[in-house]
Amino acid sequence: MSAASVSPQQYPPLPTPTFGHRFAVWWMILKTSLGERLVYRGDFALGTLMRFLPIITQIFLWYAVFDSIGAAEGDNPTEIGGFRFRDMVAYYLLTMIARAFSSMPGLASGIAQQIREGEVKRFLIQPIDLIGFLLLTRVAHKLAYYAIAVAPFAFVFFLARDYFVDGWPSLPVFIAFCGSLVMGFLIGFFLEATIGMIGFWFLEVSSLLFVIMLFSFFLSGHMFPLTMLPESVLSVVNFLPFKYLAYFPAAIFLGKIPEEELATEMWIEAAWLTFFIVLCRFAYVRGLKRYSGFGG
Amino acid sequence: MDELRRYGRVFLTFARNSLVRDMTFRMNFVLQCVSSLGWTAMNVGFYLIIFEHTGSIGEGTGWDRDRFFLFIATTWFINSLVQTFFMPNAQEFSEMIRTGGLDFALLKPIDTQFLISFYKVDWSQLSNFFAGGLIAIVSLWNLAHREVDPMVPSALSVVLYLVFLVCGVLIMYSVMIMLSATSVWLGRNQSLYNFWFYITNFSRYPMEIYDRGYLGKPLFGLFTFVVPILLVVNVPARILAAPLVARQGGANLYVVWAAVTTVIGLFASRWLFRKSLLSYRSASS
Repeated sequence: MSAASVSPQQYPPLPTPTFGHRFAVWWMILKTSLGERLVYRGDFALGTLMRFLPIITQIFLWYAVFDSIGAAEGDNPTEIGGFRFRDMVAYYLLTMIARAFSSMPGLASGIAQQIREGEVKRFLIQPIDLIGFLLLTRVAHKLAYYAIAVAPFAFVFFLARDYFVDGWPSLPVFIAFCGSLVMGFLIGFFLEATIGMIGFWFLEVSSLLFVIMLFSFFLSGHMFPLTMLPESVLSVVNFLPFKYLAYFPAAIFLGKIPEEELATEMWIEAAWLTFFIVLCRFAYVRGLKRYSGFGG
Repeated sequence: MDELRRYGRVFLTFARNSLVRDMTFRMNFVLQCVSSLGWTAMNVGFYLIIFEHTGSIGEGTGWDRDRFFLFIATTWFINSLVQTFFMPNAQEFSEMIRTGGLDFALLKPIDTQFLISFYKVDWSQLSNFFAGGLIAIVSLWNLAHREVDPMVPSALSVVLYLVFLVCGVLIMYSVMIMLSATSVWLGRNQSLYNFWFYITNFSRYPMEIYDRGYLGKPLFGLFTFVVPILLVVNVPARILAAPLVARQGGANLYVVWAAVTTVIGLFASRWLFRKSLLSYRSASS
């Protein structure tokens, strides 16, 4: 019997993947990426600690700014956009946590590169979903990062504990803070993944990526609390999803978002998240239709 | 003199080669310029927002909006020059040590420090020099035409400004050469760029703001007298913008110290560089 006459029917049918199988695959992906990430832990911890250095400059800059308006410290401290001097420092520290969740270095450019170089076809052949795979690797990377970064973070926050004037927030607020961090991670992931999918339509996305990153850096509140913006600009920025990447979790923790509005705000964030999940899926499916792979 | 002319010619060749390389990928070059300019625009936006809320940086320092933007322009001038001429080379140097490529640099009949300092020119970073120029022109115009306390810098201060701008670049260069020379002993200095960014971050603001408290005073001392990066931008910016703090007694001491430290820095970095070359053991190939 020649090979040409083999019909598909002669192969045993693939078993339908059960949840157990899927889970085994996910677990394997997670474990591999975790191992990969923990190789350079010393360098990692030191690098994380160094990343706090610019905050020292920020402390002095903001003290000087508050000092020249009125009083940086004392019983009746000056406020800028609802933030006192100490809040401002606490804010920068908290955005470091928020960014540790929401920043996705290399995700969009990685996807675009995989599309350009044809690596995507791997996911067309193997029974593994590209987005799911990337999400799991990212989760693993983040977990490995937190496992090591928790020590430098705890150290810096301990040193800076006096800047958190109001202490720990109430339990519901703290839960909302954690929720906003997790959603921030997911929004960051699906936002960047969607941008990466643009690679199906344009081969070179690095410049577009840069522009978006620039906007995201400015409008996420990484540079300054968004409430400092003029009223007219702020009302526009509040409608954009960027604020969930840095400003929103920090503002929750510091109690800058009134508790009665918290639930609504969280729902809006969830809606944005859903939007990006759907958009990312949609772009992937449409993109695959355009995609053509050549060679081996 | 002949020797000097020869080095000048070599440098021109380096600069030309780099330009040719940049122009091969013209679109990429334009994008690099645009991205540096975008970063600049973002920073300017940030400071404009700060000055929406305050009149000056620091109580009684005199760094009001127009003067502070002159300060920013100075930062941009110096950083862009350093990033155009020295940054790409310093990064290359640590890589050369790791890979053993330094062997070839040592063999060339030219001063090694010269060769590894000027080999590459990143022309796209010069776009920020022009951005700094624009910021300087606008703030000088505003400073001269405002109603309260208008000021036009004298010819002498402009000349001194240019001199100390060069001094600032040289101090930065010395620090950078010393930093990258350490990669001979460390084997690899991948975080050089990060470290550089964190250090120069301190130089981006008026030095007075650090001069307070149990954390600030030591920092102020360290970065003024030991690793004098606070002088880099502050001294020329104070000369040109003449904020209140620069008119107080003793402020001129920093100017003298900046000049002295430039000379010390150049000699110290030269010494450390040569010292590091002696420890270079090449890499097996």
